[in-house]
Amino acid sequence: MRARKVVIIGGGVAGMQTALRLRALGEEPIIIEREAQLGGKVRNWYLLFPTFIPSADVVEPLMRAVKEQGIEVHLGCEVVQFDNHRVELADGERIDCDAVALCSGSTIFDARLKEEYGYGIYDNVYTSVDIERMMAEGRMPERSPRRVAILHCVGSRDEKVCQRHCSKVCCITGVKQAIELKKLYPKADVFNFYMDIRMFGPGYEELYHTAQRNYNVHFVRGRISEASPLMDGCIQIKAEDTLTGRPLRMSVDMLILLVGMRANDDNVRFAESAGLRLADSGFMRAADLFAGNVRSSREGIFYAGTITAPKSIGEVLNEGVVVADSIVDYLNKQEG
Amino acid sequence: MASVNFGFGISKPRVIDIDRNNLRKSDEILLEMPELQTCIGCGSCTASCTAGNLTSFNFRKVHALVRRGEYAGAYEEMNKCMLCGKCRLLCPRGINTRGVVMLIKRKLGDF
Ligand SMILES: Cc1cc2nc3c(=O)[nH]c(=O)nc-3n(C[C@H](O)[C@H](O)[C@H](O)COP(=O)(O)OP(=O)(O)OC[C@H]3O[C@@H](n4cnc5c(N)ncnc54)[C@H](O)[C@@H]3O)c2cc1C
Ligand code: SF4
Ligand code: SF4
Ligand code: SF4
Repeated sequence: MRARKVVIIGGGVAGMQTALRLRALGEEPIIIEREAQLGGKVRNWYLLFPTFIPSADVVEPLMRAVKEQGIEVHLGCEVVQFDNHRVELADGERIDCDAVALCSGSTIFDARLKEEYGYGIYDNVYTSVDIERMMAEGRMPERSPRRVAILHCVGSRDEKVCQRHCSKVCCITGVKQAIELKKLYPKADVFNFYMDIRMFGPGYEELYHTAQRNYNVHFVRGRISEASPLMDGCIQIKAEDTLTGRPLRMSVDMLILLVGMRANDDNVRFAESAGLRLADSGFMRAADLFAGNVRSSREGIFYAGTITAPKSIGEVLNEGVVVADSIVDYLNKQEG
Repeated sequence: MASVNFGFGISKPRVIDIDRNNLRKSDEILLEMPELQTCIGCGSCTASCTAGNLTSFNFRKVHALVRRGEYAGAYEEMNKCMLCGKCRLLCPRGINTRGVVMLIKRKLGDF
C-alpha cells in the first residue's frame, strides 16, 4: 500500500502531533507552517498550567520527533486556500494530496479594542501574553508592585466586541499568573476580577484553591468597568464587588488583561474555498460535537486543535491522535 | 442669617476604596485563618443560617466586607450569630465558619 499524502496546515502542537501520529501509521504527512519555526503559540509561554513545567518541555520533544521522523516541513509558507485534494501557498505553489488536516489554531484577541482598559495607552497595562513573554525573558519589573489587578474575560464573553464564546484557558492562566506574581513579589496584593471562574481541567480547581489558601490571592466577582491614569503613574480601576453589592475602586501598579482566543481571520476564506462551515463564534464547525469532532462537513478535510474552539494543550494533543486515526480510516475507505 | 434647611444631605460614599481602607486587620485575620480566603461566595452558609432567615444578618457578606477592609459594624453583625454551626456543615470549601465568627469578633472587638 502506498503512503498517502496528508497536508497539515499549521505546525503548532496540534499540527506536529497529527503529523507524528500519521507517520507512525505509515502515512506521509507534510507540515506547512507560516512562521519561521514550528511550535505555534505554546513557544511563547513561560511555565504551563497546571503543573508549572517550562513550555519547552512540551514543544521541544515534538519538534525533535518531527525532525527524527524525517517529516517534510515547509517553514515560512502560508496557505491561502485549499480543498480536500490541493493546498495553495502564498507564493503560488500548489501541493496535491489525499487529505488535509487544518491545524491553524486561533488568534489572540487584540486588547486595544477594549479601549476602556487602556492597553497600548498606559504603560502599566499588560496582556497575559505580555506577562508570559516578560517572565520568560526575565523582564518583569525589578521593584515589587504594591498591588496588581488581573482582569478575566478580555475579548471573551463580550457582545461589545462580538465574542460571545468563553476562551476556556484564560481563567486558569489568570490563576497561574497570580501565583507566579506572588512568588516573584510576595508583598504585593494581587486581585483577580472575574465574571465566573471556570476551572475545567484536572488540577485546575485545586490550583485555584491553592492561589487563595496559600498565596492569599484576592478574587473579586465583578468586571472592571474602566481604567484611568493617576498623577503618580498608577492606574485606577473601578468595578462592582458584586458579592457585597458595593462599588469598589483601587489604584494598581500593574493591570493585566487575560486576553481570549478568537477565531482566525483566515477561517472565512478557508470556509469559502473549501466549502466548510463556521460555528457562530467564527471557529470551524466540526461535523458534530461527539464522535465527529475532528471531522469537517467535507470529506477529506479534518480539524485538530484550537481551530474548532479554545482548548488546553493536553486536549489539543489528544485531538492530534484522534484526527490521524480518522484520516487513516477515511483514506482506507476511499481505497475500498 | 440662619441657614435654611432645604432637606438636602450629603450621602456617604458607598464605594469600597481599597486605597483608603486599611487591610492590616484583614491580613491578620487571613493569616490566622487562611482558609477564609478560599470562600467562593456560594451562600450556603447564609441560606442555612437561622439568624439570617430572621434578621438582616448575612454571614457571607459580612466576612467578604471584612476581607475588603470594611470593618465598621462587622462586630455587631457577628453578634447576631448564635454559633449553632449549621453553616459549617454545608460550606463546600470546608471553612470553619463558626471559627470565622469567633475570629472576627476577637479581632474587631476593640474596633
Ligand atoms: C496566554 C495563553 C497562555 C496559555 N497557556 C497554556 C498553558 O499553560 N497550558 C495549556 O495547556 N495551554 C495553554 N494555552 C493554550 C495553548 O496555547 C493552545 O492550546 C495551543 O496553542 C493550541 O495549539 P494549536 O496547534 O491548536 O494552535 P496554535 O498554537 O495557534 O498553532 C497554529 C499554527 O498554525 C500556523 N498557521 C496559522 N495559519 C496558517 C496558515 N494560513 N498557513 C500556515 N500556517 C498557519 C501558526 O503560525 C501556528 O504556528 C494558553 C493560551 C494562551 C492564550
Ligand atoms: S476561561 Fe474564564 S476568563 Fe476566559 S473567557 Fe472563560 S470565563 Fe472568561
Ligand atoms: S453558626 Fe452563626 S452564621 Fe452559622 S448558621 Fe449558625 S447562626 Fe448562622
Ligand atoms: S458556605 Fe463557605 S464558600 Fe459558601 S459563601 Fe459561605 S463561607 Fe463562602
